[in-house]
Amino acid sequence: MANSTIAISEKSYLEEGTTKKASGIASWLFSTDHKRIGIMYLITISAFFFIGVLLGVLMRLELIAPGETIMDAQTYNVIFTLHGVIMIFLFIIPGIPAVFGNFFLPLQLGAKDVAFPRLNLLSFWIYLIGAALVLISLFVQGGPIDTGWTFYIPYSVRTNTNVSLAIFAAFVLGFSSILTGLNFVTTVHRLRAPGMSYFKMPLFVWSTYATAWIQVIATPVVGITILLVILERYFGVGIFDPALGGDPILFQHMFWIYSHPAVYIMILPAMGVVSEIIPTFARRTIFGYRAIAMSSLAIAFIGYLVWAHHMFTSGMSQTATIIFSFLTFLVALPSAIKVFNWVATMYKGSIDPKPPFLWVMSFIFLFTIGGLTGLVLGALVTDIHVHDTYFVVAHFHYVMFGGTGTIFFAALYYWFPKITGKMYNIKIATIGAALFFIAFNTLYFPKFILGYMGMPRRYYDYLPEFTNLQIISTIGSWLMLITIVLIMYNLLSAFFNGKKSEANPWGGVTLEWHTDSPPPLENFHEIPEVTKEPYDFSQLKTMKHVPKGEEYE
Amino acid sequence: MSNHTAELTHEVHRDDVGARMGMWLFLFTELLLFGGMFLVYAVYRHEFIDQFRIAAMALNTTVGALNTIILLTSSLTVALSIAALQKGNKSLSIMLLVMTNILAVAFMINKYFEWSEKFQHGIYPGSETLLNLPDGQILFYGLYYVMTGLHGLHVIIGLIFLSIVMVFIFTGSVNKDSYVKLENAGLYWHLVDLIWIFLFPLFYLIQ
Repeated sequence: MANSTIAISEKSYLEEGTTKKASGIASWLFSTDHKRIGIMYLITISAFFFIGVLLGVLMRLELIAPGETIMDAQTYNVIFTLHGVIMIFLFIIPGIPAVFGNFFLPLQLGAKDVAFPRLNLLSFWIYLIGAALVLISLFVQGGPIDTGWTFYIPYSVRTNTNVSLAIFAAFVLGFSSILTGLNFVTTVHRLRAPGMSYFKMPLFVWSTYATAWIQVIATPVVGITILLVILERYFGVGIFDPALGGDPILFQHMFWIYSHPAVYIMILPAMGVVSEIIPTFARRTIFGYRAIAMSSLAIAFIGYLVWAHHMFTSGMSQTATIIFSFLTFLVALPSAIKVFNWVATMYKGSIDPKPPFLWVMSFIFLFTIGGLTGLVLGALVTDIHVHDTYFVVAHFHYVMFGGTGTIFFAALYYWFPKITGKMYNIKIATIGAALFFIAFNTLYFPKFILGYMGMPRRYYDYLPEFTNLQIISTIGSWLMLITIVLIMYNLLSAFFNGKKSEANPWGGVTLEWHTDSPPPLENFHEIPEVTKEPYDFSQLKTMKHVPKGEEYE
Repeated sequence: MSNHTAELTHEVHRDDVGARMGMWLFLFTELLLFGGMFLVYAVYRHEFIDQFRIAAMALNTTVGALNTIILLTSSLTVALSIAALQKGNKSLSIMLLVMTNILAVAFMINKYFEWSEKFQHGIYPGSETLLNLPDGQILFYGLYYVMTGLHGLHVIIGLIFLSIVMVFIFTGSVNKDSYVKLENAGLYWHLVDLIWIFLFPLFYLIQ
């Protein structure tokens, strides 16, 4: 069902679209080209990311001193809720799959587009509607939502703020996520280039595929849960309301049945990007290709069965907590398999520490800390001590921001020349990566200690003995803001005034590097035929585009 | 545009297997949506086993059975409609779809009378009569309204879906050689039917 009456020409997708008009905003908003849709996601998602960052900086500013500093408690409640809702539903869940999945899944498969290009555009439109609803919910009567991004009942039924509209926005965004997921699954099954068997697919494709399955399987559960909360608010159905015989713990179960797998929707595509970047910059084929591919599916599967570790203190049965704790430890295994294979890939490699690779290095460091502290939380005894403290906040920022967020930047730096055909300033990019690493640890590491000392999460006030660490963390947030502005400046100025990049500056060998940069509308001038393994660098000898200085006779 | 690419320009990509696969995945998400509700039902049935039994006795099994027959028949007509189109009988295919739609409307009319009868007895979420009943019965009726309501919504969506495809058959864009849209609409309709097959015993029969 692709738009297929378009001639193959020498023009890139930036110059030639699928719509009748060649330029103007409509040629983007109505384009069914997966690459243009990916770019539109990139712009919207980056904008929301920046809003989320600013909200985070405001929270840190409030916490620079005990007591009320710049906002009252209710404002603080609203701001941490919005920070969570925006970062989770508008940035990190759609982030890598919608931006880089859209752009590179068909390219890496050697396809002209995704399986359902019009549905793909519809997903983007639904995403926009969801985002608009979030924004509208801030200004209509009742005021912005203040429940935290988890919408726990009974508070989310009792509060007078605008819960219904905000969570309906989450429902709409979930719908967009489902449609993207089923589109990607079908694409992987139906549109692989000739010769590309499942085990010749690049690992980013594998992880996006696993992610797409989680999106399809898990999202409907949160959809129905959200609908029930809305019905509860309007009609008093009673399903989650203890006053009517309902059970609020059931809400927590149903919420986390989606929201824990959603954590893997966030991290799996990032792991796929890492598996792309490391071989390219170490000039070695990936170590343990099948183990990495299968561990993605294992994470998707086991990740579905660990949700109740968010609820160890909610009063579940002892047996259930022990089982969920065990399963939580189990899900760490496939993640560890990946980390070991990445490190093994670098062994005796010819490492070229360009910015994308540096970002991956900081990912491995931060993600390892985040992952191991996850085990602290997965163990029943320690969890009770640090439950709902800053320790949890630090843990999930190390995994989500240090993991997925870092790789979002790594992917941007890795594929920027491919997407735009321009090259950014490598020196500023290197400084940005280093600054990010320092800022990140200054901002979040003190939270581990604060949490261990007993600082609860979501409080706008604290005891005086926490002051020093809170100040360090707040300084980190300023540094982080500067770093992000620097990164954005570097990429934007490269986009508008950057030097023309080589078509394959890093010497990547997966299919997206076989075509021009930026790619033509239908991706490849002729449909590629796959004969080699995905990370076989001997392909550089015969490829059309190779980095300068690496030409073979 | 060089000459050797000219023949590529008119190639239309069509993938019926892919389209069906996408539909099956979508149906899977619909099942999980209802799956969440069935889970809630199971939890509360287990917790309030006696109250559920008492509340279920107040539902009208005859109306429920009638609706089951209506939906099962409509699944038959939609399947026959696909077969008719495959054999090239366009008018019969459209007629069978019209019949399916009439049956769907009949289902909704039945549902309307069933619900309004309950409303007349003062039994609806948040009503005083209902709130005076024991917790188990409040939950039973809460689930009853949410689940049959959600199902009714799907009947309406299916009705719209089938009507759109009917227009496509009429204009000829869905035809003897390209009928995957009708098949997908049919699949959706069977799902709507299938969910009712589970709702019917859970609410009306287990007493």
